[in-house]
Amino acid sequence: MKNHLSLIIGMTLATYLPRLVPLLMLGNRKMNKNIEEFLYYVPHTSLSILITRGIMTAESGMKAATIAGIGIAGILSYKKGNLILSVLAGIMLSFVIINII
Amino acid sequence: MKIQEGIKSSIRDGTKIALPIMIGYFPVAMAFGLLSKNTLMSFRDTSLLSIMVYAGASQFMAIDLMGAGVNVGSIVFTTALLNLRHIIMSASLAVHLQNVSRKLLPIVAFGITDETFSIISFNKEKMNSAFILTLNTLSYSSWVLGTMLGYMIGEVLPISLQSSLGIGLYAMFAALLFPEISKSKNILYLSMISAIVYMALFYSKIFGFGWDIILAILISSIFGIIFFDKEREN
Repeated sequence: MKNHLSLIIGMTLATYLPRLVPLLMLGNRKMNKNIEEFLYYVPHTSLSILITRGIMTAESGMKAATIAGIGIAGILSYKKGNLILSVLAGIMLSFVIINII
Repeated sequence: MKIQEGIKSSIRDGTKIALPIMIGYFPVAMAFGLLSKNTLMSFRDTSLLSIMVYAGASQFMAIDLMGAGVNVGSIVFTTALLNLRHIIMSASLAVHLQNVSRKLLPIVAFGITDETFSIISFNKEKMNSAFILTLNTLSYSSWVLGTMLGYMIGEVLPISLQSSLGIGLYAMFAALLFPEISKSKNILYLSMISAIVYMALFYSKIFGFGWDIILAILISSIFGIIFFDKEREN
């Protein structure tokens, strides 16, 4: 087996720096209103994009289960607002669908 | 005494809210451990990837590219691209971390993933050091332990169970976003716009590997500034 230490260290820097630098630079600083609004939207747009990506990149056999799992979790959280319940329902429904198809 | 009570309740909140992430991470991490083993990575290197890099998508990508014989420099560069979105996410969090000691920021930063970022963003009122550290530590442990267990005994989990538990992460994204949508029309429209922008970029295939995600976040969030008025809606 090959030794992959250089790869691991390189990847560590490539993931850690993007997480660290903005946090150190932007903390406790007054910000322009537009930037503040932009940063307020980011979690929402990111989530929507990650969900869309999850559906689009799912293998063809998994698409229905992925959409159903996301759908039931979305509906339940919309109505009840309970995170864990919604996630478990999503997992169970997709498990059922995977086993049916 | 009061401060201790506060810390206790933050730890409790953090634990409760970490559960869906832990449930989602564990099987995905196991799948990673197993895949890594099948790519002939050693147990040490597989564990180190999860311990040090701690980025699901990048780790899967690295294993994939390594299997295809891609060189180290290219894999690291692709990792950086995939993680560009964390620059924006981390910047978005930074605004709300006033309650967190600066000394802890390097530790908090290490734990920022798509999942923990989303949870923290939508629980701003609970945000303090104890809450974030509990959430991050539990999520991280689940990822690392899942990887090791997957390497050792990953074959035992039926694939249908692995897959549905993995879908749990997307179910969690939806369960975080939809309550926000119910509170605000602007967020509803913006979520739809983000999805459309991403699909357009995805199908255009001009931007690969991470660029499509970061561009879609940038474009749709800027769209939000231009066309929606956050103040007026509140």
